[in-house]
Amino acid sequence: MDALDLARWQFGITTVYHFIFVPLTIGLSPLVAIMQTIWVRTGDERWLRLTKFFGKLLLINFAIGVATGIVQEFQFGMNWSEYSRFVGDVFGAPLAMEALAAFFIESTFLGLWIFGWDRLPKRIHLACIWLVAIATNLSAYFILAANSWMQHPVGTVFNEETGRAEMVDIGAVLTNVTLLAAFPHTIAAAFLTAGTFVAGIAAWWMVRSLRRGDETTARDVYRPAVVLGTVVMLVSGVGVALSGDWQAKLMYDQQPMKMSSAEALCVGENGASFSVLTIGDLSSNECGDTSTIIAIPGLTSFLAKGDFDAYVPGVNELQERAEELYGEGVDYRPDLFVTYWSFRLMIGLGLGSAALAAAALWYLRRGRVTDKGWFARLGVLAIPTPFLAASFGWIFTEMGRQPWVVAPNPNPTGVDGVWMRTARGVSTSVSGGTVLTSLVAFTLLYGVLAVVWFRLMKRYAAAGVADSEIDPSPEARAAAPSEGDGPLSFAY
Amino acid sequence: MELSDVWFVLIAVLWTGYLVLEGFDFGVGMLVPVLGRDETDRRVMINTIGPVWDGNEVWLLTAGGATFAAFPEWYASMFSGFYLALLLILLALIVRIVAFEWRGKIDDAAWRRRFDVALIVGSWVPAVLWGVAFGNLVRGVALDADHQYVGSFGDLLNPFALLGGATTALIFLTHGAVFLALKTDGDIRHRAARLAERGAVATLVVAGAFAVWTQVAYSVTWTWAATTLAAAALVGLVVATRLRREGWAFIASAVAIVGAVVLIFGSLYPDVMPALDPANSLTVDNASSTDYTLTIMTWVAAILTPFVLAYQGWTYWVFRKRLTAEHIPPHAGLTFSGSVS
Ligand code: HDD
Ligand code: HEM
Ligand code: HEM
Repeated sequence: MDALDLARWQFGITTVYHFIFVPLTIGLSPLVAIMQTIWVRTGDERWLRLTKFFGKLLLINFAIGVATGIVQEFQFGMNWSEYSRFVGDVFGAPLAMEALAAFFIESTFLGLWIFGWDRLPKRIHLACIWLVAIATNLSAYFILAANSWMQHPVGTVFNEETGRAEMVDIGAVLTNVTLLAAFPHTIAAAFLTAGTFVAGIAAWWMVRSLRRGDETTARDVYRPAVVLGTVVMLVSGVGVALSGDWQAKLMYDQQPMKMSSAEALCVGENGASFSVLTIGDLSSNECGDTSTIIAIPGLTSFLAKGDFDAYVPGVNELQERAEELYGEGVDYRPDLFVTYWSFRLMIGLGLGSAALAAAALWYLRRGRVTDKGWFARLGVLAIPTPFLAASFGWIFTEMGRQPWVVAPNPNPTGVDGVWMRTARGVSTSVSGGTVLTSLVAFTLLYGVLAVVWFRLMKRYAAAGVADSEIDPSPEARAAAPSEGDGPLSFAY
Repeated sequence: MELSDVWFVLIAVLWTGYLVLEGFDFGVGMLVPVLGRDETDRRVMINTIGPVWDGNEVWLLTAGGATFAAFPEWYASMFSGFYLALLLILLALIVRIVAFEWRGKIDDAAWRRRFDVALIVGSWVPAVLWGVAFGNLVRGVALDADHQYVGSFGDLLNPFALLGGATTALIFLTHGAVFLALKTDGDIRHRAARLAERGAVATLVVAGAFAVWTQVAYSVTWTWAATTLAAAALVGLVVATRLRREGWAFIASAVAIVGAVVLIFGSLYPDVMPALDPANSLTVDNASSTDYTLTIMTWVAAILTPFVLAYQGWTYWVFRKRLTAEHIPPHAGLTFSGSVS
């Protein structure tokens, strides 16, 4: 493997890893904020117990999201310095804005939330977690602006003299139609992830409490959490499907090669079907030796154009077109095995958990609770599925764009003339050995951290909500004065 | 003044914010094995920076993002050139971050010991390496005509840069000790103050040598003002720590860091990354983005920075009280071995 392949592996590993934790943070921080809001408004201690329980899980997760995010900020310069030189003028801006507008708020107010339980008035303390929740979502907007620009460059011209992409319209970059679709899609995916997390853990605990004969806790604490989680799952399940459909339509215009690769469609067809299962050898990237077992007629055409009979071009045809436009001797087709399966797994795994949520809501209708073991097991088994779906979503988006790192967009909504192949973006001054060193170091460290993260999450989930929580706010203390200012209710 | 000059100054400001703020939380982490005699001491120390370390670190991310946006060539050449050094810094920061959040989550001595190591190593490594990196930046590195770094990792370990590493390590250590003396009470406060006193003298000697070397070998006349300011602040630090004037001592160590950053960036200008062969240097002009991008970023920075300063300042005010052992609640009480209740 050369420096390019190693750099690609490193980027893929570190980014997918970062994005394992990110969706949970994005979705769970608003959910914790909602729980705390209910507590502050009603004074109902059950919601304080839930806030603290899920709040601790959020913090364990947040730490690793931050730790792996720092690598992201610098690795463009380390491994992709030629890319950075080419796009810095336009790509650096959203990155800098993300730090200034979102990361500062996120980190500062999270500190205030953690340590402020007994220092800040209740409402201000509540505002802190809301600010964290808003800022995590805002950070997603800016980073997706950067990523969407690579998928569909806008607001930029190519300067022949400097050989660089130069920004001419920041408004266009921040309202890129690709971004307007990717943002709700990613956020909905994050809420689906967090909803499943909350519902799954609470379902397990509801069953467990009942079996222990503690019906009050099952009914009054865990059931409301299951309902909150499943409702969020349902709404966001609809959200990912609608926004994903929009993305597919944009993709048909902007990156037709990716759309056709999602179906591994070699030869163009009218009314292209969506195959649920294909066997044979996709990985060779050679068309013709595969056969489709189950297919939904016309669905790929519908995803692409909103019309069951529309024409979807084949990969071979698009390859010829790309050779005419961008030069021969380059394989412009992404890895069909990866695009085909990642697209299906994204949709299947994600929507599968949303379907489970619908079933669970119906099962628990009108105040019902259950002590069925399978209900608890299903809840826990559902937890990883949206995480996986989100990773496959990114793998599809990014691998489907290859061989481009900045995809050309000859269509009217994008700018033409600004593009870069991945192979040209890699650092030329960094040797394969150096990249290998960092690849090994990151992989090993990330592996260890994943194990620790998992054990901690599992341990804290298994601890359940506390039997009771005292209101730590200064208001409550003023009502029942004790000596001194007492220990911090939360400390490292 | 051109916009690219403005951004050169702004990036210096971001580094100043980073080094002054994260400087003391590095120092606290570095001192954990020295001042943290028992578990309660250690927790007092870690909790003094608990609410703020993450916000402090974002100054670094902003400096990185701003360099990318305003000087893409600089971002590309510096981070690909200093690859291995940056890798070490990143690995250290990663283990340090998880140590803060995870250390107290399990009530087990072996668990805590492991995260103490992560915290200590994670604080020492960047404290030294930032100085080494800045030393090399000032000294100039081997760049070719395409602004690609062509030296080796070993070249970065020259005496001047290593002295830079010793300087940042000592200054952060002392800054952290001063911070602890200011934020704690009782026995640990006195031990921190005593250590700050000795640290101040060592810093004066080492940092003074580095500043004069920089000034004489690589700098321009006007930066004597910064050098003098830094030196005066360090002398003030020695005096203030001796008199146990903790507030003044903290201001003095912060001013010394400001002076050092001004000296370093002043020596660089108008280069952002001087090459050993001056013809190949990256300058404020040839490394910068277009005026359009710089204008946008100037507006963004002008609007957002006051807010950031205001709410970060407010955080320090909210947590202004000294921490003592009485403030430390019992451990979380969860263990891995205990059966699930
Ligand atoms: C859709 C959302 C999303 C995506 C695509 C990414 N991130 Fe991220 N990132 C977040 C959403 C997020 C977050 C939810 O805002 C995190 C997770 C935990 C946190 O503190 O913020 C975060 C943390 C985080 C941090 C640490 C912030 C801190 O210290 O508070 C950095 C530097 C980055 N990210 C940078 C990146 C870069 C350069 C990416 C692209 C390659 C990237 N992230 C992809
Ligand atoms: C601003 C955001 C992002 C940028 C600028 C970006 C950029 C890149 C670049 C430069 C590559 C290298 C080309 C290559 O490896 O083929 C890449 C590949 C990749 N990225 Fe992204 N990416 C971003 C976000 C993400 C996110 C959030 C994920 C998912 C979690 C992701 C997943 C991947 C994957 C799976 C690859 C393929 C790795 C491979 O080719 O082996 N990317 N991306
Ligand atoms: C009907 C269901 C869905 C459809 C039609 C759909 C469609 C798409 C499409 C077309 C893309 C690629 C966008 C591009 O490359 O320009 C994408 C990306 C992505 N998908 Fe989905 N998706 C669906 C469900 C899901 C689910 C359930 C999840 C996760 C829980 C998910 C997570 C993602 C993520 C994280 C990305 C990458 C980020 C982005 O480009 O927005 N998707 N999806």
